[in-house]
Amino acid sequence: MALLQLAEPGQSAAPHEHRLAAGIDLGTTNSLVASVRSGQAETLPDAQGQHILPSVVRYTADGIEVGEAARLAAASDPLNTISSAKRLIGRGIADLKSLGSELPYDFVSVDSAVPRIRTVAGDVTPIEVSAEILKVLGQRAQETLGGELSGVVITVPAYFDDAQRQATKDAARLAGLHVYRLLNEPTAAAVAYGLDRGADGVHAIYDLGGGTFDISILRLHQGVFEVMATGGDSALGGDDFDAAIARWVLDQAVLADGSDRGTLRHVLDRVRTAKEALALQETTPIRITLPQGGSWHGELTRAHLTELIDPLIRKTISACRRAVRDAGISVDEVEDVVMVGGSTRTLRVRELVGEFFGREPLVDIDPDRVVAIGAAIQADVLAGNKPDDQMLLLDVNPLSLGIETMGGLTEKIIPRNTTIPVARAQEFTTFKDGQTAMAIHVVQGERELISDCRSLARFELRGIPPMVAGAARIRVTFSVDADGLLHVEAKEQTSGVSASVEVKPSYGLTDNEITDMLQASIAHAREDMDARRLVEEKVEAQRVIEALNAALASDGDELLSTDERTRVEQALQRLIDRADAAQDPNEVEAAIKQLESDCEFYVERRMNASIRKAMAGHRVDEFAQEDGREAD
Amino acid sequence: MFDFSKNYFELFGMPVGFVLDVAELAVRYRELQKVVHPDRFAASGEHSQRLSLQSATLVNEAYDTLKDPLKRAVYLLQLKGVDIDPQQQTLNDPAFLIEQMELREAIAEVRSASDPRARLDQLLRDIGGMIKAQIAQLAVQLEASTPEQTAVAVQTVQKMRFLNKLHAEAEAIEADLEETC
Repeated sequence: MALLQLAEPGQSAAPHEHRLAAGIDLGTTNSLVASVRSGQAETLPDAQGQHILPSVVRYTADGIEVGEAARLAAASDPLNTISSAKRLIGRGIADLKSLGSELPYDFVSVDSAVPRIRTVAGDVTPIEVSAEILKVLGQRAQETLGGELSGVVITVPAYFDDAQRQATKDAARLAGLHVYRLLNEPTAAAVAYGLDRGADGVHAIYDLGGGTFDISILRLHQGVFEVMATGGDSALGGDDFDAAIARWVLDQAVLADGSDRGTLRHVLDRVRTAKEALALQETTPIRITLPQGGSWHGELTRAHLTELIDPLIRKTISACRRAVRDAGISVDEVEDVVMVGGSTRTLRVRELVGEFFGREPLVDIDPDRVVAIGAAIQADVLAGNKPDDQMLLLDVNPLSLGIETMGGLTEKIIPRNTTIPVARAQEFTTFKDGQTAMAIHVVQGERELISDCRSLARFELRGIPPMVAGAARIRVTFSVDADGLLHVEAKEQTSGVSASVEVKPSYGLTDNEITDMLQASIAHAREDMDARRLVEEKVEAQRVIEALNAALASDGDELLSTDERTRVEQALQRLIDRADAAQDPNEVEAAIKQLESDCEFYVERRMNASIRKAMAGHRVDEFAQEDGREAD
Repeated sequence: MFDFSKNYFELFGMPVGFVLDVAELAVRYRELQKVVHPDRFAASGEHSQRLSLQSATLVNEAYDTLKDPLKRAVYLLQLKGVDIDPQQQTLNDPAFLIEQMELREAIAEVRSASDPRARLDQLLRDIGGMIKAQIAQLAVQLEASTPEQTAVAVQTVQKMRFLNKLHAEAEAIEADLEETC
């Protein structure tokens, strides 16, 4: 529980152990893991010295390959090699169809809402594919850092919707990682960048990756990063540039079997190389030679590349314009524009972005690593390793959240770009006499019509006492937590009947599915899990004990009466005794819970005291009269 | 626990009133979030995390309400025991309503103007000016705190709602014009 580890600047909260934490950039094309070591955030290489892990997973009859080996096999074994899983995660079959025909996989239609891809090793969901990548990176971090990770920060595109965020968190759960926080990629970049410069002011982060695009406008003020607006497209990236060039090549080449998947992979590989070459030269040759015969040789110039990809870049510029407007500022108030993501290496992108913002974009931090670095810095702070740190990230929800009302219209409850965490409520009523149930359809998106928005969940409030139409008062409360995840609750006010959902989105795995997957994995055999949990719970108990001791030492006398202090100390001793002897993780867990509830009043009092302190710096007169020893 | 009975002004240690130092409010908001935000409790126990989430949510809501003049006015009226139901209030000011209709027509006709952007800019400036004037009115009416002035303030709030809506409509058209050029 760590009783509010708050300390005055310069005063250490507790002489606690340094917790191992890592930041993971789970990218469409490439992924990275980074950590803060000796005060420095850096990406961690694998045994071969490679920092970047291609986000490619290959399923074979003998096992699973992740990374470079899998990437190299993509063209020869397209059906079993999954790349760009991030484009699929948190999406339903219907969404995938609208992503276009470029997905070279065999999708299996099953009852589950989550699409499955058929491989020689069985059907897999994009969530499991992502989990494989996370496992490799988590493993790498543990080996490099020499211990268990207490938690990770995983970055997601700012424009990811609720379903995509939930699915990413599920993937981490499958990979056995504890997620401190899902962090928006541009915000992570801003952290890496802002801390580097210590620059207060308004910044734009333009993040174009392999498959996603984000634009965030944020204000940095003395360590606080306040996101003012964010926008983007969670299905637009460098992959689309490649696809546009590939379509042109396939048109030109008229390859006899241009439609098969191996050929497509091969052509995509070639055009990607050509695109990258154009960052350095004016023109580049493209040579296609297919293993099964057939070849083509052509030339791609910068001018032609521009023609092919300009429409895509213009879409990103429109999003920038919207974000600036949403931020309530004018373009010239943006002090600088930071380029993030591998696709910002394309010169034409820099050119058009520079043109729009009226200034040269900053490209001096490695666009591939900056997100992972920022995530690592945040992970270190969240782990509690820097109790004196003043850094704070205030992020927003990227898309409006609402519910369906009569006539297929959307009623927005939380508008986009609202700072999270947030909770908003709205009242609705029945439209028929004697109506006893109400269906609640939760949607995300900006459009008026339900059919144009993303459906997140449906649930029913039942047991409303029969009344005349319009008499019932149904209060629907939306809460978005710091990870950007939504929880919805509906309550009939006059009778108190309530229903709520953890918005397990229509495209997510159910808890049962996740449990099945966890149990199926050999690494999590029953006994192993229990043994591991016992260790984890004991470590947690130790942490709670240390934190409580530190709290008592720092303000126990000030905030507690003698009686109360004795009570707290006795509760503490009970935990020490029980945790020591326990052989069952559940018992340790229960003992921790018991202590938490015994000391609840103290935690709350400390929170209040720290709030008073925070405000006292401004106006002592309005806070001084409150005494710490209020009744609990 | 975090004192949820405090009103939003008290939460930030600011005097209750319509006239508010918004820059100072922003400073206090950030200071408060530095203390209560869930990121401060990511490695803590469930109870602390829940408390922090609730507190940070309240602080966000309070800040969002106080920094915006219209929301601040509605909140102040609520503190005075006047709840404004947006659906049920009527506005008793024919001159204002006529002006609104004219503005609405002007916005609808922007696209056919010889220079739509310039015309729209002009309209946005006009509406912006009217909103500012209403804010000034509110300051006087709400500070006066007499029942008569409070009743007038309710009317002013209604006018602000109209004007804000018009402003949003004009901005939507501006966005549209920008996208198409």
